[in-house]
Amino acid sequence: MNKLITPAPHIHSGDSVTKRMGYVILALLPAWGISIWQFGLGALAVTLISIASCVLFEFLIQRFLLKRPNSTGDLSAVVTGLLLAFNLPSNLPFWIVIIGALVAIGIGKMSFGGIGSNPFNPALVGRVFLLISFPAQMTSWPLAGQGFAHYMDAETGATPLAQLASQGLSPDLMDLLIGRIGGSLGEVSAIALLVGGLFLLATGTIRYYIPVSIMATVALFTGILHACGIGADPLTHLLTGGLLLGALFMATDYATSPMTKLGQVIYGIGIGIITVLIREFGIYPEGMSFAILLMNAVTPLLNHLTPKRFGGN
Amino acid sequence: MKTFKIGGVHPHDNKLAAGRRFEPVPLPKEAIIQLNQHIGAPAVPVVEPGEEVKVGQLIAKANGFVSANIHSSVSGKVTKIDEIIDAWGAHQPAIFIEVEGDVWMPDIDISGKFKPTCNLSADEIKRKIADAGIVGLGGACFPTHVKLNPPKEHVIDTLIVNGVECEPYLTPNHRLMIEKGEEIMVGVQILMRALGVDTALIGIECNKRDAIEELERIAARKEGIRIVPLKMKYPQGGEKQLIQALTGREVKSGQLPSSTGVVVQNVATVFAVYEAVQLNKPLIEMYMSVCGKEMEQNGNFRARIGCSVNDVVNMIGGMPEVTGKIIAGGPMMGRAMIHLNTPVTKRTTGITFISQKSAPRFASSPCIRCGRCIQACPMGLEPYLLYKKALQKDWDFMEAHHIMDCMECGCCTFTCPSRQPLLDFVRLGKATVAANIRKRKS
Repeated sequence: MNKLITPAPHIHSGDSVTKRMGYVILALLPAWGISIWQFGLGALAVTLISIASCVLFEFLIQRFLLKRPNSTGDLSAVVTGLLLAFNLPSNLPFWIVIIGALVAIGIGKMSFGGIGSNPFNPALVGRVFLLISFPAQMTSWPLAGQGFAHYMDAETGATPLAQLASQGLSPDLMDLLIGRIGGSLGEVSAIALLVGGLFLLATGTIRYYIPVSIMATVALFTGILHACGIGADPLTHLLTGGLLLGALFMATDYATSPMTKLGQVIYGIGIGIITVLIREFGIYPEGMSFAILLMNAVTPLLNHLTPKRFGGN
Repeated sequence: MKTFKIGGVHPHDNKLAAGRRFEPVPLPKEAIIQLNQHIGAPAVPVVEPGEEVKVGQLIAKANGFVSANIHSSVSGKVTKIDEIIDAWGAHQPAIFIEVEGDVWMPDIDISGKFKPTCNLSADEIKRKIADAGIVGLGGACFPTHVKLNPPKEHVIDTLIVNGVECEPYLTPNHRLMIEKGEEIMVGVQILMRALGVDTALIGIECNKRDAIEELERIAARKEGIRIVPLKMKYPQGGEKQLIQALTGREVKSGQLPSSTGVVVQNVATVFAVYEAVQLNKPLIEMYMSVCGKEMEQNGNFRARIGCSVNDVVNMIGGMPEVTGKIIAGGPMMGRAMIHLNTPVTKRTTGITFISQKSAPRFASSPCIRCGRCIQACPMGLEPYLLYKKALQKDWDFMEAHHIMDCMECGCCTFTCPSRQPLLDFVRLGKATVAANIRKRKS
């Protein structure tokens, strides 16, 4: 029996893309659970439709347009579907969700060649497309805690950030932590998102440079503004809107974020500054999506920052 | 606990034979002693076919500055000087000796008595080490006497002894420290004398508690020798990584380790130095481990150079039926062998068997730009980028991005979730860039 000859190394860590994506999915489950608890059937339906459409579109595009082997087994389309749904209101009509998934996977991911080649976060490409195309549907937020049996018929109201922007009303801290607020279906519970984020950090799926630099920048910047009498206090900013979801799960997307420590810190600071600028001075109450997409565009440049080299000068 | 600063990975250490004492391998019927057992030019034979030789007799002389003497490991008659095809398919010149009895050169001390004192001068020590044909036994096989004569402008203040053995599976260094601790400590003192230094640091990873305790016990009686337990992290046994872990000094890119004032020697080399200087015994025996998860038994062996690797493996029941890959050395940096019918050389530190199930590589998928390879690279390079540029044959870019700093430790390929063959292509780039540099110089 002939022996196999290959160059070293002869062992592998066992890590895989599927494993990484599986960890991200696991980390998102607590937030999804809260979402179903607060928004009921709508949260369940929108998420399942989004995941199914993302996987189906990736499969179809690979099969019939790119004529490449099926890649949906790496679970990255499931992650995109979950994250897209997390960025949508739970009463969004199913056909709009499907359009969002098509844009996210088709334009956001596959048109650039699939996993690893996309410059922009696919889920955010889908969300921003919908926000611009269907502004009315995308900004009608169901109120939390209406019972399970509501989807498109759910009663709607303003999100804490919108209330803050229009009336200067500060939300209750406990509501923010457990997710008893209106908003995109996956962004509402700070505790659930933090639990998921800690899981990602503990498993080494993400590093802390991006989330910490985003949060520190937002805290510092809003702290200064607040002291000057502009806007809400830093804690409210950190716990509202898509900040935690974005900082922990969206900005840390591998392909669209810088690869070196220094690059990641600059990227995080950039996202923090742009988010606060949009929140306080722009026409949208929330700026996280735009901030991440803008910094995605800077990522190729930030990747020119080389890591610290052993024995370098 | 100390360790190096940049990169590194944590493969399972699988030290299957850590609890097994060295067993001597019986004398072979025929010894095949290769002339090319070190970095540099092959040694030149000084015996003729038909000549009788004794154990420890010089049979081939070092040829040039970076080369090493070769001695007979057996007694008997030289039958021929010919080429063999080694386990990697390469033609290698070798001396064939038919074994008769076990007659040693008279000046070698075979009494088995421990000799702790050495009053030789630095030059005498270095000459004895050169005569004994000692090379670095961590696997690199760089002649030791050359390393003990660093460039004049480098002022050496510390000897570092490498007892890290971060390569999974391998255990000979670990066993040597336990079984030959006293001799190794005398070897350390001899090398300190040869280098004219007052300080020696012995770095040992913390998975070898018993070795750390044994050497600490002996070091308590010695001046200037300190045992430093190190956090487990691969590739801590790399020279530059170990220097940084122990002293905090950083060897600059392109510089020799001695530029930081240290000389590093492996513990197996240090033991060989003891035997050469104190017992007049040249390097004719190798200490090696034979391991595999499918082996009924794993073991450590003392084998004469030139005996067949197959004979060593047969000591514990031979190669497992399900073996898919045979590795000379460990799984991170070892070389896959075609078969076991190859002689033990100064490079042989262990044989590792990988099962048919674990032998093939995983299929690779596109890079997801997770940056894992950058985090893992102990030299602070960007393996994903070097890989991409090698595919594009952009050698100048690779040179500008310091590809020559790569020591081929394999952390990048080991860690890549997309399972890309990063190091294969980095090696290709390194070889091409090295050739380009040579071309420019000439």
